[in-house]
Amino acid sequence: MATTTQAAPPIAPQAAPHWSNVRVEPNWLARLFDWKPLLIVACMLPAIGLLMVFLTYPLGLGIWLAFTDTTIGKSGQWVGLENFQYLMEDRQFWQAVFYSVFYTAVATIGKFGLGLWLALLLNKHLPFKSLLRAIILLPWITPTVLTAIAFWWIYDPQFSIISYVAVDALGLRDRYFDFLGSAWPARWSLIAANIWRGIPFVAISLLAGLQTISPSLYEAALLDGSTGWQRFRYITFPLLLPILAIVMTFSIIFTFTDFQLVYAITRGGPVNSTHLMATLAFQRGIPGGMLGEGAAIAVSMIPFLVFATLFSYFALARRKWQQGESND
Amino acid sequence: MANIITRRDALRLTAGGAAALALGSQAGAQVPRADVAAPSLAPEKGASLRILRPARFVEPDETIFRANTAKFQQATGIETRVDFVGWEDIRQQSAVAANTGTGPDIVLGWAEDPHVYVDKIIELSDVAEYLGKRYGGWTFLGEKYGKKQGTNNWVGIPFGGTTGPAVFRRSALKEAGFSSIPNDHAGLLKLCQELKRINKPAGFALGNAVGDGNGFANWLIWSHGGYLVDEDGKVAINSKETIAALTFLKDLYASFVPGTLAWGDPSNNRAYAANEVWLTSNGVSLYFALKNDPATRAIAEDTDHQFMPFGTVGKAPQTSLILNAMVFRHTKFPNAAKSYIQFMLESEQYDPWLTGCLGYWSHTLRAYSKSAVWDSDPKLEVYRNGTENQFWSGYKGPISHAAGTVAAEYVMVQMCASVASGQATPEEAAREAERRSRRYYR
Repeated sequence: MATTTQAAPPIAPQAAPHWSNVRVEPNWLARLFDWKPLLIVACMLPAIGLLMVFLTYPLGLGIWLAFTDTTIGKSGQWVGLENFQYLMEDRQFWQAVFYSVFYTAVATIGKFGLGLWLALLLNKHLPFKSLLRAIILLPWITPTVLTAIAFWWIYDPQFSIISYVAVDALGLRDRYFDFLGSAWPARWSLIAANIWRGIPFVAISLLAGLQTISPSLYEAALLDGSTGWQRFRYITFPLLLPILAIVMTFSIIFTFTDFQLVYAITRGGPVNSTHLMATLAFQRGIPGGMLGEGAAIAVSMIPFLVFATLFSYFALARRKWQQGESND
Repeated sequence: MANIITRRDALRLTAGGAAALALGSQAGAQVPRADVAAPSLAPEKGASLRILRPARFVEPDETIFRANTAKFQQATGIETRVDFVGWEDIRQQSAVAANTGTGPDIVLGWAEDPHVYVDKIIELSDVAEYLGKRYGGWTFLGEKYGKKQGTNNWVGIPFGGTTGPAVFRRSALKEAGFSSIPNDHAGLLKLCQELKRINKPAGFALGNAVGDGNGFANWLIWSHGGYLVDEDGKVAINSKETIAALTFLKDLYASFVPGTLAWGDPSNNRAYAANEVWLTSNGVSLYFALKNDPATRAIAEDTDHQFMPFGTVGKAPQTSLILNAMVFRHTKFPNAAKSYIQFMLESEQYDPWLTGCLGYWSHTLRAYSKSAVWDSDPKLEVYRNGTENQFWSGYKGPISHAAGTVAAEYVMVQMCASVASGQATPEEAAREAERRSRRYYR
């Protein structure tokens, strides 16, 4: 779009001088900078550059590696689907897939059940409400590795505080709990740690959602003689659903790609029963040195994540504004 | 943990290490050495060196190493910088250095690293042969890991090895009716069962512990005559010896303290120091940690070391993790690098280091078995010839990358753990280990 430069309109009515609409042609540089396509490219270049360097390139490289036999110390060759074929018959990989799905499902249900409950409690008028809300956030703002190390001690076969209380202090049992020594107790222990860590995020997000619900709806329902359950079922829950969907998407992604808790507490043990896909990918790729195979495991996570995201959006987000239309 | 040694640092470090060095120069006198002409390695003009090595496990390992490096800098005027990186990271960093052709000139990496980068590093035969002649020859593992497979060419200079024999409480053994650890499997089983009966159980790591877990799993298989691969590097883990070993483990595991399937590397140290476990296997660091802490000195006094039972093989079924130096071809100063390595292994420097590490590193040059450190405490005897063990990671195969991957991927450990936990029969576990190893040895 070229700009037209107009001479200033006459200020006074008297003796209008000669006036003509002189159109000054802007020079080529000005025209170039006024040219929309260039502006668009120039404005988007930094963002595109950052995304390419830090997102697209690593992702592309990861996907490329998954089809090669690269190891640490040796650049690989294209092997097609060989890595995936090996994984198909690898029991450890399927164990990791199973546990990743199980871990995500159970932990998400736990986090949302308890998080929603906590949010409802915090939404009531309590003394020291702000302080309480701040305290609730503590598990979430603690660095994950510290959480992991704390739980590592809590679950230690010899030094667990839980064992100490149950055996030495109260005498309820005669031997220590073996939290991490066999497959299922270890799996549940890790899920418990993840839930503990994830509750605050859910609770605070849902609390924000709860506060957007207009109190007049509850008043109207009360006048109609509704029960507490009915108010939750027909007012709170439907109005919370949009934010629930978004929080759940994030939560599923965070949980599915969890790494630190598992790696710091069990390193995938005992006998690989607690490997998540993320930890197995790291284990194979970096300490094991099989970069190609590790990348293949990481790439296998993508379909699960896409599915989880789509599920949250289409199954839970029924409000039109979430899909880009206006609300009616 | 970057460290550029300036002149001031050098002086301070030298002062700091002076006590140890003074001790060392007396002790060094005991180490016999021959007068052999050193290879002529005139350092390049304006040379400077960067060295990468794993972080310390015992404090003097770092301080004396730095002091020795500072001495080298003073003596030669070559600017020298040592970086200490985490044990688990050094392999990746060496890989980057090897592939990009930049970075440190010398890497003190792990066991098989020089064999992996054999076409990226320079040959060190002149230094190795000189040191061997001067100090009574190289130990078994020193030679095994130093020389390129099947040749007389040295690709690495092994600085030392760390080994993990049995660590036990004498009082517990006595109470169980034993004076030492029996040298056969049946005897060991009997001992562990007795220890459990008197509520002072044994425990060996079966979790994903790189050092302790692999050490125990290797012992178990080797002491029954099994091995991962044959001389040609063909996977041979699925053998009747392995199955016998795993069957034995089922009984042995029943006598362990609960929780060993979840043990990482530090777990047995903690449990031992807390009187929860009375027989385990570990490097000497556990003993010294106990000895240096007044609260646990009594445990240290009651502690002793012994080889793990020989089983059916008639020699100690243990290996050592070798600290192996290599010089990359991309260095601009190969002579300076070689003379640095040579300098560090001369007795004026090496003996104080060995002595300061209190047995944590076992020497790789035979003359150092006369070093004062080995007579300073009779409990160190078993570590004296730690690098003379006739087994190595990936035994009986050639030294290779695959052996390192099998250890890092816990193939042997998980084979044992799956049987101990009852998840798999010995036959299934051996088959699974075979399947996994084949992928790395293809």
